[in-house]
Amino acid sequence: MLRFIIRRVVIVIPMLFIIVSITWGLIRLAPGNFYTGEKKLAPAIEQNLREKYGLNKPWYVQYRKVLWNMARFDFGNSLKYEGQSVNQILLRALPVSATLGLCAYIFALAVGITTGTLAALRQNSWIDYASMTLAMLGISIPNFVLGPLLALAFALTLFWLPPALWEGFPSRSIVLPALTLSALYIAYIARLTRSGMLEVMRSDYIRTARAKGLSESQVVFRHALRGGLLPVVSFSGPALAFLITGTVVVERVFALPGLGNYFINACFNRDEPLIIGIVAFIAIAVLVFNLLVDISYGLIDPRIRY
Amino acid sequence: MPDPPDLYIGPEYAVAERDVGEVITGEVIAGTSLWRDAWRRLLKNRLAVLGMIIVILIIIAALIGPTIIKSATGYTYDSIPKDQALTKSFPPFRGPGGRFAWAHPMGTDNAGRDIFARVLSGGQISLMVALIATLVSLLIGVSYGATAGYLGGKIDDLMMRVVDVLYSLPYVIIVIVLLALLPAKTPTGQLAQLFLALGAVSWLTMARIVRGQVMTLKNQEFILAARATGVSTPGIIFRHLVPNTLGPVIVYATLTVPTVMLSEAFLSFLGLGVRPPRVSWGSLAAEGAQSLAIYPWQLIFPGVTMALMLFSLNFLGDGLRDALDPQMRKD
Repeated sequence: MLRFIIRRVVIVIPMLFIIVSITWGLIRLAPGNFYTGEKKLAPAIEQNLREKYGLNKPWYVQYRKVLWNMARFDFGNSLKYEGQSVNQILLRALPVSATLGLCAYIFALAVGITTGTLAALRQNSWIDYASMTLAMLGISIPNFVLGPLLALAFALTLFWLPPALWEGFPSRSIVLPALTLSALYIAYIARLTRSGMLEVMRSDYIRTARAKGLSESQVVFRHALRGGLLPVVSFSGPALAFLITGTVVVERVFALPGLGNYFINACFNRDEPLIIGIVAFIAIAVLVFNLLVDISYGLIDPRIRY
Repeated sequence: MPDPPDLYIGPEYAVAERDVGEVITGEVIAGTSLWRDAWRRLLKNRLAVLGMIIVILIIIAALIGPTIIKSATGYTYDSIPKDQALTKSFPPFRGPGGRFAWAHPMGTDNAGRDIFARVLSGGQISLMVALIATLVSLLIGVSYGATAGYLGGKIDDLMMRVVDVLYSLPYVIIVIVLLALLPAKTPTGQLAQLFLALGAVSWLTMARIVRGQVMTLKNQEFILAARATGVSTPGIIFRHLVPNTLGPVIVYATLTVPTVMLSEAFLSFLGLGVRPPRVSWGSLAAEGAQSLAIYPWQLIFPGVTMALMLFSLNFLGDGLRDALDPQMRKD
């Protein structure tokens, strides 16, 4: 187990290296740079600025600097947001995205597991059909359509909730973004829970549990859920990666000052240090989360040995 | 390295290897009966049939609709009316002064362009991107998975390790950087970039599924026979193994189409995908979302059309899986 963890931790480092190199390479390959915008700078000013940010040095010096920055996790100053370091921006934007993502995912887990389990226990009943059709709807409605529609209904027509505002957690302003973000995950989790539970409920150890006289609720909660939720656990790894893309959209729809919004703006502005900083940060988050999921497998399912 | 847990959840569509596994290991040799059986089972699944009908209708509408609209009303997806009074957003079936007008069943956008024509033309682009990107992912995934599965041993280990590593990369992030920093010069070039970017990131699950299939197939007699008669390794892989993995491949491909369509729409929504003057469902939804409070129909029609298409494709894909994989039908 420990050797497995160490090996997985070690592989994270070359992967980060690859991701940051690809990103940096793309930025360098792209024609133009931060200063080729609509507003033309005087050549002398641009020269000075480029010198200040080290953009006039040969590529290998810059590349070395990027890697060195990566190693210290200090990406220097943003080009667009003058006087602010990338780390400051990350620190400011991360809580927004993390709160949003966490709220959405916990909500999705609660609703998804409940409906999935109910659907599995009452297979082929109206509960089953209704929840699975709803789940399919949740998968099919893109979040950039769902978000504006929810905003139209609850913010612009009924005036119950603010259409775009960030007041952190808990507040009324988080409801619509979190709901929009969670719809897809509710759907996936409900489907995964249902199929997982259906399979587990047919297995021998459930028959044994019933045979020794446990009540149905004990059978479900103490025995079946543990096995039936394994697919949900393994889904949680990739889910984080997609939660990130989801927050990109949701933050743009609801104009929230989160990582996703900063990331897209940085890409459009060609804010090199900020792009690299956010990419590196997201990569670390995804890699660490995948690692945690792999480890938690062994804890939930004793059959898995490393 | 231990074996990864036996359940692979694809990033977007949760397809366990087991879901599509062991479908037609060998039975396909028995002739067409498997396919006929599957077809019969599919027809029994009402939701899947409904999905199939809607998918076909939308495809037909997207293919011939714009031409019909053009000959009926003279509007194409990017024709802006000359008359100043018409270059603004009208609700469905309404013209200037709130009078009834049949020309625009979905209303018009801010420049007075017909939303119905735009939705149908957008459908063309969305469908094309989804289909071609799925084909790209099929091409890469099937050859990669089949090669790894057939060769086995160290090569297989290495190839699948690469897939594992790629699986945990945050692609979307790299695709966004790629599309934002290296925009193509022409709209057509941009489309090609989209095909490649989306296809290149969606082949991983396909490779795993095909590899699993090939590993169960490769020890069967007909492969031994092929090898004994001196068929080359590529010959065995592509003539004998790949055709036998078709069932799960078709199922997963139908589930890839909506995924890719959604990714395209996501990128277009962010302004990174399809560019004006071309439109796709994603870029139409992005446009509509901007003036949502005043002109909700600009978002609702493209959004609902797209959701309907994805909904139907998903039901069709699920139905196909049930039909081609009788084991799953126990659920």
